[in-house]
Amino acid sequence: MAKARSKGARALIWLAVLIAGLIGVNFSAVQWGGGSWAPQLALDLEGGTQIVLEPVVAEGASVTQEQLDQAVAIIRQRVDASGVSEAEITTQGGRNIVVALPGEPDAATMQRIQASAKMEFRPVLQSAPANPPGAPVPTETPAPAEPAAEPANAWDQAWITPELQAEFAAFQCADIDTTQVAPADEPFITCSTDGSARFILGPVTVEGADIADAQVSAATNSQGQATGGWAVNLELDGEGPAGFEATTRGITGLPEPQNQFAVVLDSTVLMPITSNVIITDGNAQITGGFTQEAAQSLADQLRFGALPIGFQVQSNETISATLGDSQLRAGLLAGLIGLVLVVLYSVFQYRALGLVVVLSLGIAAILTYLVVTFLSSTEGYRLSLAGIAGLVISIGITADSFIVYFERIRDELREGKHLSSALETGWKRAFRTILVSDAVSFLAAVILFLLSVGNVRGFAYTLGITTFIDIVVVALFTHPLLRLLSRTSFFAQGHSWSGLDPQALGAVYRGRAKFREPVLAGRAARSSKEAQRRQTIAERKAAMADASGKED
Amino acid sequence: MASLTTIGNELYTGERSLPIVQKRKLWMAIAAGVLVLLAIGTVLRGGFVFGIEFTGGSEFRVTGLANASTEGAAEAVDAVVPEAEARAVTLGTDTVRVQTDAVTEEQAAEMRSALADVYGVDASEVAFSFIGPSWGADVSQQALRALVVFLVLVSIVLAIYFRTWKMSVAALASLAFDLLVTAGVYGIVGFEVTPAAVIGFLTILGYSLYDTVVVFDKVRENTAPGTSGGLLENINLAVNQTIVRSINTSIVATLPIAAVLFIGALLLGAGTLRDISLALFIGTIVGTWSSIFVAAPVYAQLRQGDTIAEAKEKPARSERGAVV
Repeated sequence: MAKARSKGARALIWLAVLIAGLIGVNFSAVQWGGGSWAPQLALDLEGGTQIVLEPVVAEGASVTQEQLDQAVAIIRQRVDASGVSEAEITTQGGRNIVVALPGEPDAATMQRIQASAKMEFRPVLQSAPANPPGAPVPTETPAPAEPAAEPANAWDQAWITPELQAEFAAFQCADIDTTQVAPADEPFITCSTDGSARFILGPVTVEGADIADAQVSAATNSQGQATGGWAVNLELDGEGPAGFEATTRGITGLPEPQNQFAVVLDSTVLMPITSNVIITDGNAQITGGFTQEAAQSLADQLRFGALPIGFQVQSNETISATLGDSQLRAGLLAGLIGLVLVVLYSVFQYRALGLVVVLSLGIAAILTYLVVTFLSSTEGYRLSLAGIAGLVISIGITADSFIVYFERIRDELREGKHLSSALETGWKRAFRTILVSDAVSFLAAVILFLLSVGNVRGFAYTLGITTFIDIVVVALFTHPLLRLLSRTSFFAQGHSWSGLDPQALGAVYRGRAKFREPVLAGRAARSSKEAQRRQTIAERKAAMADASGKED
Repeated sequence: MASLTTIGNELYTGERSLPIVQKRKLWMAIAAGVLVLLAIGTVLRGGFVFGIEFTGGSEFRVTGLANASTEGAAEAVDAVVPEAEARAVTLGTDTVRVQTDAVTEEQAAEMRSALADVYGVDASEVAFSFIGPSWGADVSQQALRALVVFLVLVSIVLAIYFRTWKMSVAALASLAFDLLVTAGVYGIVGFEVTPAAVIGFLTILGYSLYDTVVVFDKVRENTAPGTSGGLLENINLAVNQTIVRSINTSIVATLPIAAVLFIGALLLGAGTLRDISLALFIGTIVGTWSSIFVAAPVYAQLRQGDTIAEAKEKPARSERGAVV
């Protein structure tokens, strides 16, 4: 008896430790990890825009995780560049990219997000530092256009018409529209990606699609000795090598900046590269005092530019803050109503045990809140409407475990057992049932989570968490609490309001030392006697060993 | 409800007993009949109604209206793009939803301001979503994959746990029944099939099996090697003994779902909450029925002619029950 009590108490202490631990990790997340004490809300509750982008790939081609990650990085840069803060860009289902923005993006941002990254090499015709913002536009009118000679090649200075020159003189880097792809066979004016320099570029000489690979290595000099710097090794295929050879042949040796070609990504110049040598085989080494990081970043961008991947909008959803708010309130209200109904039914059906249900659900709620908040702080989990639906629905499934347990205890009481032994026997069997059925639910949640997109995930996530918490609560709280309660005379003597009144349960045990002959009704009883007669010795032994549990 | 407890007592001792195993052919026939009726009904009604997420299109919502009448809404949207086929409905108490065919972003912006004018709100209060036709297909494809993987894994788990494939088959039969009936109710009533409904549909998987596992766990105990009595009688007793528990667990599971459904339908109208909970609501109720009247009869049918002694596995220690 004392052992049972101490065991019950120990489980409760473990639970307290668990809760304290969860509060602790939450506290540290809030203190040092920039977390918060309330779960973050998804867009459908907070208001905002969610855009799901779907990759457009050539027939039969698939998208690798690496490509997606690079695309996410590019889209993040673009969104950040547009000044939208707190954008959340994630991949989903190994295929789609989800862009979640607070508020509502303007058309330009939308355009920017959707545009596919376009990389190309163009020769530099002229370069100059960027004009300071608001600088006065040069007043002199350009000389009337002379019929310039037709440009002979991509790096021909004849591309620079007086109009172009004038435009260049007044060009503001802020005016660049990265969504407009400049025609490949015409010159155009742009700036470096960081906005520090302006360029007039000639027509495209190498398409990004012709970049086969770009890798970082230690830079070497012409004797093949390491110079201590970093280099990007570029490998071209398709029409790349030919175009690159022609360009390098044409511009190597020209005065700066005409000996440079520009790596253009999304219409801005990633970096101008000086051509020092004629490259005939499409394998070039780009050096220039890179740090390893800068070299890696350039290599990634070159590779990404080579990807035949664009994105199209699969769905675009805007939720106003008002709608989000009303959805949140509706979800919480539904939870409250559901909770009250479950509590009422439990008390109605199980009397005082119903209060155990209430307390257990309370503990489950605390645990769930702490876990969800912690995941929200550390893993960036956001609670969506579907997630709240999962939480509310889990109230019933959690309470079901308690019912499975209570009904088991009642079964044992009907067998005529004392409450304390009924509790232990009932627990052993009920816990096994709870474990396997929760395992099935958990399996369903995990598969849903792994294989699904969108809303399903949030739902599966909360369902999985609560299934797990269900087991913890029933093992560390409900059962230990009942053990302790069974010591009280209210429960031990089966008060008619305890929900465990043997009399009401038609128990065969009728108080101290008064037994009623157990009745197996009908055919079961008859066949049971027959079976006993026919039993072998081994079977009889087995049956005797089984005697205490066979009829439940 | 003392009477439920009393019934529970009587079912437990066998004083009162539903002929679930004895009349198994009747129960299976009823199940088959229900499925056939639903299938015919669905076809007659014209198949499933798919939501905008599956067909593609644009949707506008205006929330928080004192007077959520649809008057003028569809016309205002039609004025922008006449061929867009705007459909306006009132959702819940304070929301109007207008759905159209897919439109361009510029058109959508115009439609939003047109709607904002009609209801006298700011254009930013008009929620807009655009759904490409591949979205719903994507979700359902993933869902289908999840379903198949789940079924394979779960039948393995069940076969290992119960140590007989017959229980596994019976459990899956009742699961299939639940899914088909739920789908059938959607088809016959014409509820809109949305991704949220698909979520609810998939969640039935977990719940339906939960219920069946509880029943079969009892069956397993009552028919463990060494138990006396005939196999089929013991199965019947086991199912009868779990009926009260099944009713209680189902009611408790259904109450929160009903709360979500009620709030979702009443306050928000069509949307995530209503769609998830509607499928679950149907599925839970059907699941309770099927774990008793489909799973058990099918299992009994599969074990017909077997005797307990033929369960050849050695009883595990835990199956001997409690040694107190």
